[in-house]
Amino acid sequence: MSVIGNTSLRLSEEQAMLLDVAREFCRNKSPMASVRAQLETDTGFDEALWGEMVALGWTGIALPESCGGSGLGIAAVVTVAEAMGRAMLGTPLLSTTLAAQLLLRSRPGSEADAVLADIAAGSRTTVALLENADWGDTGLSCTLAADGVLTGTKKFVADAEAAALFVVVVEHEGAPALAIVRTEQLAEGAITANTLIDQTKRSATVEFTGVTVAPADMVTGPGVASALRDFQLLGALLTAAEATGSAASCLDTIVDYLKTRKQFGKLIGSYQALKHPAVEILTQVDASRSFIYHAATLVGEDPLDRDAEIACRMAKAQATETLRYAGDRAVQFHGGMGFTYECDAQLYIRRAQWSQQQFGDAQHHRKRLAKLLLD
Amino acid sequence: MSVTEQEQEEFRIEVSAWMKDNQPADPGFLLPQTFMEVGDERQLEFLREWQHKVWSAGYLGMAWPKEYGGGGVAPVFQAIADREMRRHAVPICFNVIGLGWAGPLINDIGSEREKEKYLKRILSAEDIWCQGFSEPDHGSDLGNAQTRAVRDGDEYVLNGQKIWTTMGNFAHYMILLARTNPNTERKYDGLSYFLSPMDVPGIETRPIRKITGEYGFTETFFTDARIPAECLMGEEGQGWKIAMQTLQYERGAEAGNAGGLAMVRVTIDDMIAQLHDVSRDGEPVLEDPVIRDQLVQLIMEEKAISLGDRRAHINPLTSDYPGSLLLSHKLRATEATRRMRQFAINLQGAAGGLYVGDDEARQGGFWQRAYFNSFSATIGGGTSQVQANIIAEHILGLPK
Repeated sequence: MSVIGNTSLRLSEEQAMLLDVAREFCRNKSPMASVRAQLETDTGFDEALWGEMVALGWTGIALPESCGGSGLGIAAVVTVAEAMGRAMLGTPLLSTTLAAQLLLRSRPGSEADAVLADIAAGSRTTVALLENADWGDTGLSCTLAADGVLTGTKKFVADAEAAALFVVVVEHEGAPALAIVRTEQLAEGAITANTLIDQTKRSATVEFTGVTVAPADMVTGPGVASALRDFQLLGALLTAAEATGSAASCLDTIVDYLKTRKQFGKLIGSYQALKHPAVEILTQVDASRSFIYHAATLVGEDPLDRDAEIACRMAKAQATETLRYAGDRAVQFHGGMGFTYECDAQLYIRRAQWSQQQFGDAQHHRKRLAKLLLD
Repeated sequence: MSVTEQEQEEFRIEVSAWMKDNQPADPGFLLPQTFMEVGDERQLEFLREWQHKVWSAGYLGMAWPKEYGGGGVAPVFQAIADREMRRHAVPICFNVIGLGWAGPLINDIGSEREKEKYLKRILSAEDIWCQGFSEPDHGSDLGNAQTRAVRDGDEYVLNGQKIWTTMGNFAHYMILLARTNPNTERKYDGLSYFLSPMDVPGIETRPIRKITGEYGFTETFFTDARIPAECLMGEEGQGWKIAMQTLQYERGAEAGNAGGLAMVRVTIDDMIAQLHDVSRDGEPVLEDPVIRDQLVQLIMEEKAISLGDRRAHINPLTSDYPGSLLLSHKLRATEATRRMRQFAINLQGAAGGLYVGDDEARQGGFWQRAYFNSFSATIGGGTSQVQANIIAEHILGLPK
C-alpha cells in the first residue's frame, strides 16, 4: 500500500451549486469596503448580513432535515467556507457550524434536538475548548461537578461576544463532557475580548465558574471523546477551506498589482523575480484546493476514519502555509504601499497568522501525519 | 471490438504469470530507468534481448496490425500488459522513439512500403530509432530548425547538426526534421520530415557524457550526407505538421503507442523502503522527528499532484484559473521528483557520498544516479524556469 493512499476527489451537483451561490453572495455582500467597515466593531459582522445567511439556510447546511437543516453534510460547508475566505467575510458561521457538529456527533440519535433546531434557525453558538495556547494539550481543568456547577475559564473562544450559546468542553466524572450554557447564564463581565491579529475575527476569554448547568444541557458518554476529535479535525478542515479562499483572493490582489504597477519603465509583473513566486503561490493554492475538496470527499456523518483524518490534517497543513506565503509576499510585492494599513495585503497577512493558529498549526498536523503515515 | 471483464481478468492473470516467470535476474549492473539512460553496449544488449522477448511472447505492440508484427487485438490488452509490467517492476522496453513516436506515426500516415519496412523491426528491437528535432541553437524553438535537406536527383543532401539525440550512437533510423526551403514566409512552411537511415556516410554521432558520468545522448552531425529521396515522409513543407503530430503521441494525447514499460517510476514508497536499515543518531532514521517532518512534506507534495490530476477534470473547481493544473503539471511533478531524489541521498548518512561503482553504495548508487538524471526532466521539454514564465503569462496573465 502506497503512502500516497486514498486520492479520491468528487464534487456533487449540490456542492457545485452551493459553491456558485456562495461565491456570488460573498462577492456581492462582502466587498472590501464592507470588510473594512467591520474591522473595529465589537462583533465583527453585520447583523443584517447574518440574517440573510440564515435565511439562505447556511447555519443548517450540515444539520439533518429533522432539525431544520438541509442535510447536505459538512462537505458542503467546505464550499461556503472557501467562498467566505475569498471575500474575507467574517461572521460566526464557521464557529456555529462546528459547535453544531460537536453536539450532533457527541449524541448520535439527537437529530430532533431542540438546541440543534435553534442553531439551524440562526442561534449563534460556539465551542469553548482551549484553556491555554496549546492545541495539542488534551488535559481539561475546567470541570462540571455532580451538582451541575461549572468551574473554570476558557480561552480563545471564537465569536464569544456574538454567541447565544456556548458548548463548554469540561471534565465530568473523569471523562470529557459537554455543557451547554446560554449567554444569560454568564456573570457580568465574564467575557473578556481578545485583541486579535486578524481584525475580521473575534475571540475572547470566558469565565464559566459558578454557572449551573441543567441536566438536560449536559452531554456525557463515550460519544463525546470521539466527537471532540472529529470537531478538531473538521475545524482544521473548515479553517483550511477558508484560508484557501483567502489565499486565492490574495493571489488575485498580487496579480492585479503586478499587472498595473510600473517601475523602471516596466510593469513589475514582467520581472521574473516577482513572476516566479506568483506562480509558486498559484501552485500552492492549487494544492490547497485539491486537499480541501479531497477531505470534503472523505468526511461524512460517521466518525472520521484514517483516510479522512489524513486528508483533514493535510488540508490544514497545506492551506495555512499557503496563505502565510501568499500574505507575506503580498506585502513585499506591494512595496511601500504594502507597508500601509490602507493596502489590502495587510488583511491577508493578518488572516494568515490567525488561520495558522486555529486547530493546530502546520507542524502540529505534520507531526500527527508522520505517525499516521510512517509508523 | 468488445472485451468482457472476464477476458480481461484472464489475460491479466496470464501476463502476470509470464512476467513473474520471465523477470530477468539482476544483471549485476544498473539498468536504465528511462530510455535516455542507455549508456553502454551491455545495457543495450540486455534491453534489446528483453524487448525482443516481450514482443515474442505477444505482450508488445498488441494493438498494432498483425501484418506488421503487431497482435491485432484491442488496446485494452496492451494497457493490462503495461500495468503488469509496472507491477512486476520488469525492465523497460527501451526502443521508445520507435514504439511510441515513429511507430504510431507510420501506422497512421505512413505508406504501405514504410509500414512493411519499419514497423515489425521496431517491435522486435532489431531497428533502434532516434529523434532529430532539437538543435544546439534552438533548444525549445523547434520551428526554427536550420538543418538543411536539399533535393539532388533521387537523393536529399543533409547538412547541419542535431543535439540531445537519445541513443543516437546505437540507432538505425532517425525521425528527422530538416529545412527543405529556407525562403518561406512562415518558418514552419520550409520544414520537411524524414525517416532517415543513420548508417550513411556523412552522419556522425558524438556521445554526450552526462552529469552522471554515463552516456545516453549524442550530438549528431550531418556533412553532405546523402539519403534516398523516398525517406521523405509526406510531402516537402509538411514537416512541421508531422512533427506536431509526433509530439501528440509523445504526450499520450493520441493513441497508437506500442506499449511496454517506457520508464521505471521511482516512488516515494521506494525511497521509504530503502530506509528500513538506515540509522541516524543510533536510532532508525524513520524515528528522527526532523526527517519525519520532511518526509511528510514530500508525501504531501506528491499527493497534491495526484489530487490535482483528479481535480483538473472537475470544472467548478478549476474556474478561477482554468488550465492551471494541466499547464503546471510538468513543473510540479518534475520538481517534486528532483527534490525527493535529492532527499533520498541526504538520508543515507556517510553512504550518501558514495557513487555508482562503489560496492558499498546503497542500491549500487541508484539514488545518486536517479537524482542527477532527474534534471533531464526539469531541464528537458522546457526548463522549470521557462515553464514558470509560461504559467505566469498564460494563466496569471502577467506581462512578458
